[in-house]
Amino acid sequence: MSVSTIPMVSKPMSVSAPVVEVDRAVAGYHDRAILHGVSLRVHRGEVLAILGANGSGKSTLLRALLGLLPLTSGSVRLFGAPLPQFRHRDRIGYVPQRLGAGSGVPATVNELVSSGRLPRRRFPWPWGAGDRQAVARAIAAVGLADRGGDRVDTLSGGQQQRAMIARALVTEPELLVLDEPTAGVDAESQVAFAAVLREFVAGGGTVVLVAHELGPLAPLVDRVVVLHEGRVVDDRAQERRP
Amino acid sequence: MTIFTFPFMQYALLGALITGLAAPALGTYLVQRRLALIGDGIGHVALTGVAVGLLTATSPVLTAMAVAAAGAIAIELVRARGRTSGDVALAVLFYGGIAGGVFLVSLSDGNTTANLNAYLFGSPLTTSRTDLLTMAVLGGLVLAVTLGLRPWLFAVCQDEEYARVSGLPVRGLNLLLAITTAVTVTVAMRAVGLLLVSALMVVPVATAQLVASGFRSTQRLAMLIGVAVAGGGVAIAGLSDTAPGATIVLLAIGLFALVTLASAVRRRWQRTRPEPPEPVRPPSRVVLTR
Repeated sequence: MSVSTIPMVSKPMSVSAPVVEVDRAVAGYHDRAILHGVSLRVHRGEVLAILGANGSGKSTLLRALLGLLPLTSGSVRLFGAPLPQFRHRDRIGYVPQRLGAGSGVPATVNELVSSGRLPRRRFPWPWGAGDRQAVARAIAAVGLADRGGDRVDTLSGGQQQRAMIARALVTEPELLVLDEPTAGVDAESQVAFAAVLREFVAGGGTVVLVAHELGPLAPLVDRVVVLHEGRVVDDRAQERRP
Repeated sequence: MTIFTFPFMQYALLGALITGLAAPALGTYLVQRRLALIGDGIGHVALTGVAVGLLTATSPVLTAMAVAAAGAIAIELVRARGRTSGDVALAVLFYGGIAGGVFLVSLSDGNTTANLNAYLFGSPLTTSRTDLLTMAVLGGLVLAVTLGLRPWLFAVCQDEEYARVSGLPVRGLNLLLAITTAVTVTVAMRAVGLLLVSALMVVPVATAQLVASGFRSTQRLAMLIGVAVAGGGVAIAGLSDTAPGATIVLLAIGLFALVTLASAVRRRWQRTRPEPPEPVRPPSRVVLTR
């Protein structure tokens, strides 16, 4: 059989569907609504920055679209599928603001990044050479190739964040969701991070990020949504600079 | 050393070794999650189960496991809700467990109290062949879960929110970990007792993480330390006629203190050692603008 006769297997999605579709989302904590009917569409290849002051609801919106916070009303669709039915989690890479609480036992950069590969791994299939290569590639992409065996807690804040970005990239996602990626990050890491993001976008990736200020990411962003008191008050395109 | 030719001593040693292997394997996840004392709490709850077993003349190991598993699931549900009142709910559960155990035992007659002490503080020397078999099966189960599912359990304990975004069955894995903790408690109660069970889950891990560089190496080293102190503890107890459970735990704590001291000395030595001066390269071109 020649190569050309092998049918292309693509992931199930409709071509025209937006990558993220938030429709009149209401969500909050302890019966107090933070988002008051936010609607938002993000299309393939877009780099969207959600800006807003503290308490404007931008992190809440991020948590709602990842399924970490249930909606009181409204809906979220990812890659055309309603969030509760969305199963292809390897298509999303998430970079939280800081590492989770589980740091009582040290973990190496390799171990942290490998944990990001799990959506691609089916129990009980063993860890394959492809998985190992993907982990090494992701760690190299964020410039930590020589730190793979080091404890994550011995890295600087910026390096820890780069390790989290590697964890998000290791499934080769199509959508990258970032929570305050430039907050408290040293200059070297910011530059490394902007380079990684530029490469991801050049490969056709979609990005949704939440930030106080864009800083070195500003040239990459091609749409800005401003939230204020749980509502979208501004949504405008801007030209992406190479 | 002739004491080790007696079957009861061999059973005690084997039981302790199984505990020494299984408890730190599970404890690594609890320490990672900063829930080091949860094993202690489940031990308290298991006491009620032991008392039910003693009172109804059924196997205390099985009843302890059933009650401990129910308690562990309750604790996990309280934790998952993440409310501040969870702290109080846990306290109520823990003290309820101890009080329930003592109360039920007081209902029965005679030497049950002495029997209860054996479960509270461990009594490896009375381990029977059947006990040993049960411990081996349950210990194997604990190892199968903690080692076989390590990538998934690590991911959930390291960053639960990220695991949820990754689509992992977070609730199921948490419940599995809770039930495995209950099983570990019942495995360990013969060797070190319910009040000391948490020590074998936590202290070897605390020792290992001082020198290991990652999660997997910490877990492996903790299991090695667990086996060493459990075996060494039973041997010392057998030769010097001391309480085996307490001897095991004191040995583990002694080793922890020793390693803490050694790593502090090593750090200080590394700090005071003069570092070779970094060669300063002159800039290739200096431009003065005025």
